Amino acid sequence: MRVGLFVTCLVDLVRPRIGFSALRLLESAGCEVVVPSTQTCCGQPGYNSGDRASAQALARKVLEEFSGCDYVVTPSGSCGGMIKTHYPELLSEFPELQTELQGLTARVWELADFLVNVLGLQQVPGRFQGTITYHDSCAGLRELGVKSQPRQLLSKVPGLTLKEMANPDQCCGFGGTFAVKFGDISARITDQKCTDIAGTGADAVVLGDLGCMLNIEGRLRRRGDGNTKVLHFAEILAGMTDDPG
Amino acid sequence: MQVTSHQFKRKAAEALANPQLHKALSNLRARMVTGRAKSVLELDNFEDIREAAKRTRDFALAHLDYLLEEFERNATARGAQVHWAETGPEVNQLVLEIARHNQVHKIIKSKSMLGEETGLNHFLEAAGIEVRETDLGEYIIQEAHETPSHIIAPAIHHTAEEVADLFHERHKLSRKTDIGEMTREARMVLRPHFLTADMGISGANFLVAESGTSMIVTNEGNGRMTTTLPRVHVAIAGIEKVLPTLEDVSFILRLLTRSATGQSISNYLTFTTGPKQPGDQDGPEQFHIIIVDAGRTRVLGSDLREALRCIRCGACMNHCPVYQNVGGHPYGWVYPGPIGAVLTPAYVGLENAVDLPNAATLCNQCGVVCPVKIPLPDLMRKLREKQVERGLRPWPERVGLKLWAWAATRPAVYAWITRLAARIGRWAGGRERVIHNLPGGAAWSRERDMPSPEGKTFRELYANRRR
Repeated sequence: MRVGLFVTCLVDLVRPRIGFSALRLLESAGCEVVVPSTQTCCGQPGYNSGDRASAQALARKVLEEFSGCDYVVTPSGSCGGMIKTHYPELLSEFPELQTELQGLTARVWELADFLVNVLGLQQVPGRFQGTITYHDSCAGLRELGVKSQPRQLLSKVPGLTLKEMANPDQCCGFGGTFAVKFGDISARITDQKCTDIAGTGADAVVLGDLGCMLNIEGRLRRRGDGNTKVLHFAEILAGMTDDPG
Repeated sequence: MQVTSHQFKRKAAEALANPQLHKALSNLRARMVTGRAKSVLELDNFEDIREAAKRTRDFALAHLDYLLEEFERNATARGAQVHWAETGPEVNQLVLEIARHNQVHKIIKSKSMLGEETGLNHFLEAAGIEVRETDLGEYIIQEAHETPSHIIAPAIHHTAEEVADLFHERHKLSRKTDIGEMTREARMVLRPHFLTADMGISGANFLVAESGTSMIVTNEGNGRMTTTLPRVHVAIAGIEKVLPTLEDVSFILRLLTRSATGQSISNYLTFTTGPKQPGDQDGPEQFHIIIVDAGRTRVLGSDLREALRCIRCGACMNHCPVYQNVGGHPYGWVYPGPIGAVLTPAYVGLENAVDLPNAATLCNQCGVVCPVKIPLPDLMRKLREKQVERGLRPWPERVGLKLWAWAATRPAVYAWITRLAARIGRWAGGRERVIHNLPGGAAWSRERDMPSPEGKTFRELYANRRR
């Protein structure tokens, strides 16, 4: 089984460890993983900011790069959602791409969804001593139906206890360029999320999207919470939560 | 209503700084969001009904020409007088003519958002006619000289304490804080107006083509009195409000009240078919229905058409994380929240509401709860595209996006830039490993500490691993 890993631009730049966690999980489950070296961005920033032409250029690039894979897996609900649910509309002006596109959208999976529903993963390499709470990222949840999958996987991690926060499916306030254009409103929305996280007393908040991750971690730290870890579920599942520092 | 949507950012900042507003809006989540979540569980096929409602609304929108004429025929046959208005000012003029013709001095109103669009109250008052809002929320904001901040809970931005102060000041009675007592006081003040008004003005939740019926959904009983007590009743409805049959109305109502307030059914459903008929105990002598375009056909012919399916339940704003924190006033016109972010630019011009389609995280909670499945985030994205096409976005944003796309479509350049950025970011993060001021992201890092990059890109590390 040839699996293409779509690393995503934020993982590449900010937290490569998440990419390697995904890699370890897929390889240890027996997948042949390919990582196209020319990959960059799925086109979300342009698409959500009205720059359709830029988004189309990047979507066409993704389409080419992953044409030879049986599956395309990404550790991000919003990038997976972008490809699976928005590329068809974004590329609708190009009839010549439709066959290829339908192939891609059928093959693309968010990481947790893939591990559970394609690989049927029963065991994970990671260990975690402590309590976590899980934040459902909007795109993964509402575009791809990722809700129980990461929780199911995390429940297999020895030592880990999940404690749900109030409204785990409420938006964290990131919204891509929204957080830059309306930083004050965004921060207020994030404050509610931080309060809900704190309410659980968990050692870590775990999620599956880099944007939400940077946003929540950024706000927690600014509010003076230096202790609550903010982790991608792949880091925990792969046993790669240690900061190489 | 005057459009102030261009001041969204400033008004949102003011709203965030207002602790009373924050307190008032916390009711929204507690009451509306939880209420809806519970009440949709009463139906085991809520999702199927949503799909059917979407189709029924689409069918009606596709056959507006036929259905509106059918409505006019049937309403006229029952003695109602149907008027057509292309613009807001025409609506106001028509109402004034009807009022003058019937020597009307006092009007009572049940809630009409279309009346808010056209600024009907001010227009009639300027013409010397007394206008009384009778919906409790509308009454509060009329007394406070404000505009509604929510389409079904117009005074949601006020706490009970604030209303207690307002009533005390206006009514000159002992200050009450119990909501039940305050409501009784408002009823007592309003009762004489109901009994002395010459005309009642209502909106319409739906027009029923097969019977020529106009119907409203209310909870307080004021709507029933507005449509039956005065000798003249004028209903104002947008062209998109028509549905083919009573059966259609009845099943869509199952979604409307649950989505709006979490009620299985509202306290009142008032169906008005024609004026008082021979043998009727009550009802108006004249019943006028004004069917209004005011920008709707333009939307119908555009790629925002799906927004016309809206049945005005308010669920999108109740569930919107932005609305929950800033309330309705920053949106600057009649319709706030996600539906307002689409309808406001569509009706008053995109250039007058540039911030609105961007002031959303695209979390799609609105799309998920919308009873008629309006894809609100997609429509906002379409408006964002139109802003770029029309050059309405600030140049640094446009240039930034182009630069990003330029680099991201050139993998070698991109690899070099990110390699550099990862190192600079790591260095800027220092021992704390956080960046306090993100270049180019000031608005973001003003409120947050950006976690610093690990120092090398995945691309580099992966290439090293393979070597």
